[in-house]
Amino acid sequence: MDPECSRLLPALCAVLADPSQAVADDTCLEKLLDWFKTVTEAGSSLLLLQENPCLVDLLSHVLDLKPQDVSPRVLSFSLCLAGTFAAQEDCFEYLQQGQLLLGLFGEAGPLSWAAWSVPTVRSGWIRGLRSLARHPSGLHFLGDSGALDALFSLQGDSSLFVASAASQLLVHVLALSMQGKAAGSPSPQGSAWPTCAQKIVDHVEACLCSTAAPQVTQALNVLTTTFGRCHSPWTEVLWGQLSPLVAHLLESDPIPAAHSLVDLLLSVARSGPRDMAVGGPSSPVFASADCGLWETMARMLSCLSPTQAGPLALGTLKVQHCPQALKSQAFKILLQPLVCILRATAQAPGPPGLLDETTEGGSMTVDTLLSSKSACVGLLCQTLAHLEELQPLPQRPLPWPQTLLVEAAVIVLQLCDGLAAPSSSEGGRLCGALAGCVRVQRAALDFLGTLSQGTSSWELMPQVFAVLLETLESPASSPTVLKKAFQATLRWLLDSPSPPTCLNLGPHAPLFLKELFPVLQKRLCSPCWEVRDSALEFLTHLTACWGGEADFREVLLASEVPKLTWQLLRDPESYVRASAVTAMGQLSSQGLQAASESSGHPEGQQGLVGELLHILSVDSEGFPRRAVARVFTEWLRDSHADVTRDTQWFVATVLQMVSRDLDWEVRAQGLELVQVFLAQTLGQPNPNCPYAVTLPKVTPPSPLPEVLRTLCQLHIFDFVFRALFDCDRPVAQKACDLLLFLKDKTAPCRGLQEPGDSSDVTSVEATLQRWQAGEQGEPLGNLEPEEVLAALRSMDLKGLQSRLAESSDHVEKSPQSLLQDVLATVAVLEENVADCY
Amino acid sequence: MKLYCLSGHPTLPCNILKFKSTTIMLDCGLDMTSTLNFLPLPLVQSPRLCNLPGWSLKDGNAFLDKELKECSGHVFVDSVPEFCLPETELIDLSTVDVILISNYHCMMALPYITEHTGFTGTVYATEPTVQIGRLLMEELVNFIERVPKAQSASLWKNKDIQRLLPSPLKDAVEVSTWRRCYTMQEVNSALSKIQLVGYSQKIELFGAVQVTPLSSGYALGSSNWIIQSHYEKVSYVSGSSLLTTHPQPMDQASLKNSDVLVLTGLTQIPTANPDGMVGEFCSNLALTVRNGGNVLVPCYPSGVIYDLLECLYQYIDSAGLSSIPFYFISPVANSSLEFSQIFAEWLCHNKQSKVYLPEPPFPHAELIQTNKLKHYPSIHGDFSNDFRQPCVVFTGHPSLRFGDVVHFMELWGKSSLNTVIFTEPDFSYLEALAPYQPLAMKCIYCPIDTRLNFIQVSKLLKEVQPLHVVCPEQYTQPPPAQSHRMDLMIDCQPPPMSYRRAEVLALPFKRRYEKIEIMPELADSLVPMEIKPGISLATVSAVLHTKDNKHVLQPPPRPAQPTSGKKRKRVSDDVPDCKVLKPLLSGSIPVEQFVQTLEKHGFSDVKVEDTAKGHIVLLQEAETLIQIEEDSTHIICDSDEMLRVRLRDLVLKFLQKF
Repeated sequence: MDPECSRLLPALCAVLADPSQAVADDTCLEKLLDWFKTVTEAGSSLLLLQENPCLVDLLSHVLDLKPQDVSPRVLSFSLCLAGTFAAQEDCFEYLQQGQLLLGLFGEAGPLSWAAWSVPTVRSGWIRGLRSLARHPSGLHFLGDSGALDALFSLQGDSSLFVASAASQLLVHVLALSMQGKAAGSPSPQGSAWPTCAQKIVDHVEACLCSTAAPQVTQALNVLTTTFGRCHSPWTEVLWGQLSPLVAHLLESDPIPAAHSLVDLLLSVARSGPRDMAVGGPSSPVFASADCGLWETMARMLSCLSPTQAGPLALGTLKVQHCPQALKSQAFKILLQPLVCILRATAQAPGPPGLLDETTEGGSMTVDTLLSSKSACVGLLCQTLAHLEELQPLPQRPLPWPQTLLVEAAVIVLQLCDGLAAPSSSEGGRLCGALAGCVRVQRAALDFLGTLSQGTSSWELMPQVFAVLLETLESPASSPTVLKKAFQATLRWLLDSPSPPTCLNLGPHAPLFLKELFPVLQKRLCSPCWEVRDSALEFLTHLTACWGGEADFREVLLASEVPKLTWQLLRDPESYVRASAVTAMGQLSSQGLQAASESSGHPEGQQGLVGELLHILSVDSEGFPRRAVARVFTEWLRDSHADVTRDTQWFVATVLQMVSRDLDWEVRAQGLELVQVFLAQTLGQPNPNCPYAVTLPKVTPPSPLPEVLRTLCQLHIFDFVFRALFDCDRPVAQKACDLLLFLKDKTAPCRGLQEPGDSSDVTSVEATLQRWQAGEQGEPLGNLEPEEVLAALRSMDLKGLQSRLAESSDHVEKSPQSLLQDVLATVAVLEENVADCY
Repeated sequence: MKLYCLSGHPTLPCNILKFKSTTIMLDCGLDMTSTLNFLPLPLVQSPRLCNLPGWSLKDGNAFLDKELKECSGHVFVDSVPEFCLPETELIDLSTVDVILISNYHCMMALPYITEHTGFTGTVYATEPTVQIGRLLMEELVNFIERVPKAQSASLWKNKDIQRLLPSPLKDAVEVSTWRRCYTMQEVNSALSKIQLVGYSQKIELFGAVQVTPLSSGYALGSSNWIIQSHYEKVSYVSGSSLLTTHPQPMDQASLKNSDVLVLTGLTQIPTANPDGMVGEFCSNLALTVRNGGNVLVPCYPSGVIYDLLECLYQYIDSAGLSSIPFYFISPVANSSLEFSQIFAEWLCHNKQSKVYLPEPPFPHAELIQTNKLKHYPSIHGDFSNDFRQPCVVFTGHPSLRFGDVVHFMELWGKSSLNTVIFTEPDFSYLEALAPYQPLAMKCIYCPIDTRLNFIQVSKLLKEVQPLHVVCPEQYTQPPPAQSHRMDLMIDCQPPPMSYRRAEVLALPFKRRYEKIEIMPELADSLVPMEIKPGISLATVSAVLHTKDNKHVLQPPPRPAQPTSGKKRKRVSDDVPDCKVLKPLLSGSIPVEQFVQTLEKHGFSDVKVEDTAKGHIVLLQEAETLIQIEEDSTHIICDSDEMLRVRLRDLVLKFLQKF
């Protein structure tokens, strides 16, 4: 600990120990704890306590206070602090000598005080013990002090944080007490468990046999964490001992704590194969078929309700080494709701056999689907989300019934749109339950979007496109549904498989596009800004990917879409303006900008560049301006025709506007533009430079002096130097990197004479220093390349770069300032108290 | 209690409730869909309509070609449009005591009823209902009267001839009762019979029942009605809305505890969400206008148009449509726009609070001020000078058979740049467009119907829990076009009773109690006796006096003074004899104890049998039977009076007398 902190520590302890001086802020106590933790991790705690006796004094003082005088915060802090110190065995012994630990954590301590009713105190008590339980002495202490019994009851604490922490600590203690035994071979006999472990296992066993669901849940949670965390031979013994009790739970109806049981089984299932995969010294746990895990899971799958079985089925399918039979049972359960829907709506069956085989539990699923609207919606959303999660995984079941899933997603969407007209009474009821249901629509669209990947059969595309079009077209579709529908459409369009004989976009996409664009037009006119925004985003992405396709270009140019997009540059909603800017930028890059400039917009005469510059200079919101800056950078990068007409004018004009912008992202984007410009004029930056721009190497770099002169004329240095001293760190960092790049480039420059100590250079440096001090009013004037070079050489850019790399609060984060802060807050509080009188 | 159903149209109801000696007509809707069978009435001579070919039978017989014209495969009657009236034969309408109107759309048949049936009662409605109803009637009369048609077709109505006609004329119901529109004089006379009421006002009808209008949230001044006596409550729900639009929100709480709830006027387009439709309306409007086309919105002069104008007020700037003129053309356009601003107390809270600022509650005032919205009584006059295209025109009538809309259909129908947007749900847009075919103009159907949908109904019924629900038969099955949608019907327990046109329903509840008042002096004389804790009884001897459906117990006349024989005789003639009454009994007989008592009194052979209603105690030796039931006890023994009296006294021991 540094001496300054040591000096401040007694005062701090005095403040904390004084009940009349309340510490206002919990977070500073937490920071103090963090600091003590780093200090103790770095050195000896014992030494620390000996050098700073005020710390032990603080702990004993807390115990000496009358229980009602102790502030719960300080008490909780002291408990955590004591635990942190006691984590080292010698320090533990030291504290034990004074019976301090027993006083703090024993039955006569805070456990029996009134402050115990405050959750912070209980939480601090557990955290203290958690830190303390790291060595055999700590373990004995836990066993002897009666703390385990307190932990058992804290598992059912009213505060979820406390209950969870208690459960975690039990797991930790169990693992710790077994650590010593790890060398010996595990024995299934109960007598082989160490005392602490035995006590915990007994407790868990008792809870598992209990009829009260909360007790069962607690026991299952402890076990779930245990198997999730520890993969040692003893866990297999533990499972062997407890699995009959767990299996016994399945015999009750309803199954108690089904969710926790599912978690436990999955945790056990996951714990085995991982060991196998690692192939470590420990023997493969649970790999043997006789441990009964897979049977229990299979039984569980068959007796849980469809909603409860879903997560278990998904988890089972994700476990890599589970038996094939179990996998196929789980997959059937996962598919069941969709199969039921396909049946109820009398769709043609999917791959042969799948519909017939999945009859097991089918009636239960049908009952759930038809029982109520909320049950139906819940089950379907869950199923769709599970299948969506499974779809991209390598361990997904094979054969993957892609066709069935696509058909199911389509029919679910049709049911939601009210377009399906099933003849069966079940179908009618499903229609009623799902019609207009936004939740299911969103889930189904997400799922359908995922299914675009891996669809090899393009026969499905017409029905997918049809339902997407219906959803996009339907007046009943809510903005969020439309957003998802646009996303799904994009995925299907871009991933659309085309038959090998077909060129370009395949046979379906052009037809679909013809129908899509009128809908897109309508959505661009929607009174709801979210819809206009999603439509623009969709257009941007689609254009970016397909801007070169003849079919797409034809349909787009024949529509009103480019014109409408142009009009949306003046939208009252800033997000829409920003999206319109991006979309127009993209359209223009692809040469798809409509001939709308002449359509009655006076500003249109200046072209899109003029319109975008107008937004950049006058728009009151940041988003559209950022979008313009990004578009301009892209245009410069892609050598857009409007830019190449007069690149220098373009860069100068944009930078002039950007430099005045109040939004730091716009200024940072301006630096990006400069970076692209420099790369184009000076050539590629070094490979180690973070700005790895891939440019066609068509433009040979111009001679350096000439380039520098141009940069000076365009006032680029003025902009970059200002940015270097920007009050927003990312801008300054970027500017610094840029100048370093320039410095690097100009280092071998011999075409320019050394300016020496001319007065000009001095004045430039003086100005820059003033800028650094925050006085940026003064302009840099017309710079000469020589002055720039001199300035670059004289500046410690490397040093600046590393200073900027430190987080902005590095000064304030020092422990010293933390201690000062705590003391200062108390002082201020005292002053306020004095003022009152 | 009976319900006479005079209209088959679920949203334009006309029912009569007979309840406790009163005859109450609930709404007076006029089914105007009959006009769809007629040719439009053009404001300006239309060569196209004039030159339509006459219709002839398959065999070439052309005797109907003057009355019927053919257009694109459809046949129309070339005559003044006629309306389908409520049933007039089912019940003598002169016996109707009162008519309760729930909203301005449901009073359009009023002049037919009040002026032509001998009706002498009173009509109750709220002020906005009457004022806007008057506007709707005025507009209707104006639309029809300003295009006088010489020809009146009646031959086709002959039943034998009607059978030969193509659909839908062939299937039109009760064509013989179809009537031409009423006159303004009849309208004024009918409206003069209306008495204005306010929400929650209690109106006594002959002392028998009390009627109360409640806010229904659908339109300005729209109401549901409660009709109740002391012990019975009937709720009449018609045209209600739970959406937040301009009217005051619906009062649901007062509908609780109804014995019968008559449910009419649900949304006509249950699958269309009004919000989505408004979005659709705006998008299509903007698309058309941006392309240089005109938009025609056939609509009523009041109601949804206020909400549409409000949406457009917010939308036009964002859509860059500020320079596009909006025209509202109706003989009552000005009154409608102005009336809407003065009924502050009938508006939703938001709009009410604007009045205190003070600001006009509806933003269309600003649209008018800034010249973005202009209104005209008709296309003649000022409008033709101001008319600028592209534009948006709101005008009537939504049936497209009369009104200024006919002119715009003829004018704009040929260009595919123009769009007609249907927002009123009352008419099938395909049928409305039939006489304009072939049509190049785009047609968008976005019906905006804010009335209750089936999900809302099911929530409403769960909340107010009526004992019985009565509704039009259309609501008890899914719509014919969506027969699989089992959710698009009323689902409640017990299942709703349904009615159809010209049906009489006996409502399934019996009146069991009547409230009777006791005069204070009579009440003073009562001597209650507590027979159970909290329950006291007293015998009352009094005269029941009934007048104006009120019942009062008055003290009986004093016992006759023995002064004069004559007088005494006269008094005893007037007053019913007050005989000495036997004491009244109460309590129940505990069978086991009763048997023990019998045994104590020497009856040895006692046997007890349980029956459905109580017990039978058998005295086998004496061949006697004692039947003990909840409210009666019988001793059946053969002619042994002594035994019977003995047994009776034993039974009486267990009962209280007073």
